[in-house]
Amino acid sequence: MKILIDDRRKFLAQAGIASLGLGAASLLGVSATAAAMVPSSDVGVIQTALALEHEGIAAYRIAGKSGLLSPGTLKIARIFMGHHQAHRDSLAKLVTAAGGKPVEPKTDAQYVSELGLGSLKSEGDVVALATSLEHGAASAYIGQIVALKDHKLARLFASISADEALHWTTLNNAAGKPIPVPAYVFA
Amino acid sequence: MAPRTLFTLLSYGGVMLSALLVAGVAPRSRAASDDVAAGRMLYQNKCGGCHSVDADRIGPRHRNVVGRAVASVPGYDYSPALKKLGGVWTPARLNQWLSDTQKMAPGSKMYLELDDPTQRRLIIAYLQSVSEPAANQDSHSQSRSRRKQQ
Repeated sequence: MKILIDDRRKFLAQAGIASLGLGAASLLGVSATAAAMVPSSDVGVIQTALALEHEGIAAYRIAGKSGLLSPGTLKIARIFMGHHQAHRDSLAKLVTAAGGKPVEPKTDAQYVSELGLGSLKSEGDVVALATSLEHGAASAYIGQIVALKDHKLARLFASISADEALHWTTLNNAAGKPIPVPAYVFA
Repeated sequence: MAPRTLFTLLSYGGVMLSALLVAGVAPRSRAASDDVAAGRMLYQNKCGGCHSVDADRIGPRHRNVVGRAVASVPGYDYSPALKKLGGVWTPARLNQWLSDTQKMAPGSKMYLELDDPTQRRLIIAYLQSVSEPAANQDSHSQSRSRRKQQ
């Protein structure tokens, strides 16, 4: 297990070196014009996605403060949290521009309880939970795309799903788990 | 009948019963168990982004969902659409729900169209496995009586 954790740390540290210019995410940033054109039926879909992002941010933030993560893993967790914050901002902006009120995050106590964060005892536990949440999030975005009326929103959701898939892949490899053999991993 | 003959018959019957169990019930039970295991994986992948078995998250908890009244988990903030839906979650209704949530309850918070009937069946098998047996029996009875009414 120690070897696995050491490997995980090395893997995550190496992954950290390749930090991308995430400012480029503004490529998919949401313009006011696009936001103003959000069909009202799509707002509900965005709100569900926003709740998902709030949960992801809380999971990384709370786990980051737990003292369970090694510096390399913590660095990656912060990058992933940053991605989720960028997703949150894009989605909240769309809801606001469409005249809605973006769904608010729950309290930390609620997230700790709902995600069982209090029972995490090791870095491996944190990585396992994050892997599971990221897989669920990637799949959830794909599942929601079909409900969207606006094609530009569908592109945004696909892009966010790809981010979640990147997170999952990184964490899954760090945990030493094999890449799934069947295709359509998130379908 | 001589006791020995009776004993032989009973023994033979026991062997036959065992054989029947092995040939019929055991594989069925194994198949059901395989379904639950496959359904659990699908549940984690397709539902786990928003749902957990024992905690309300983006969506409500799923423990005992089969046989539970719709929109009835205490403390969970359901959409008006789901509150209006009413009734009980039976396997048949869950199948309809997973096919297209917005078709069944337009305006609900869940957006999912699971086209593959096998995937729906496996997920429902898993949801049944985390529900009380009594609730499952009740819901099966309700499904049967509903089918008869139709």
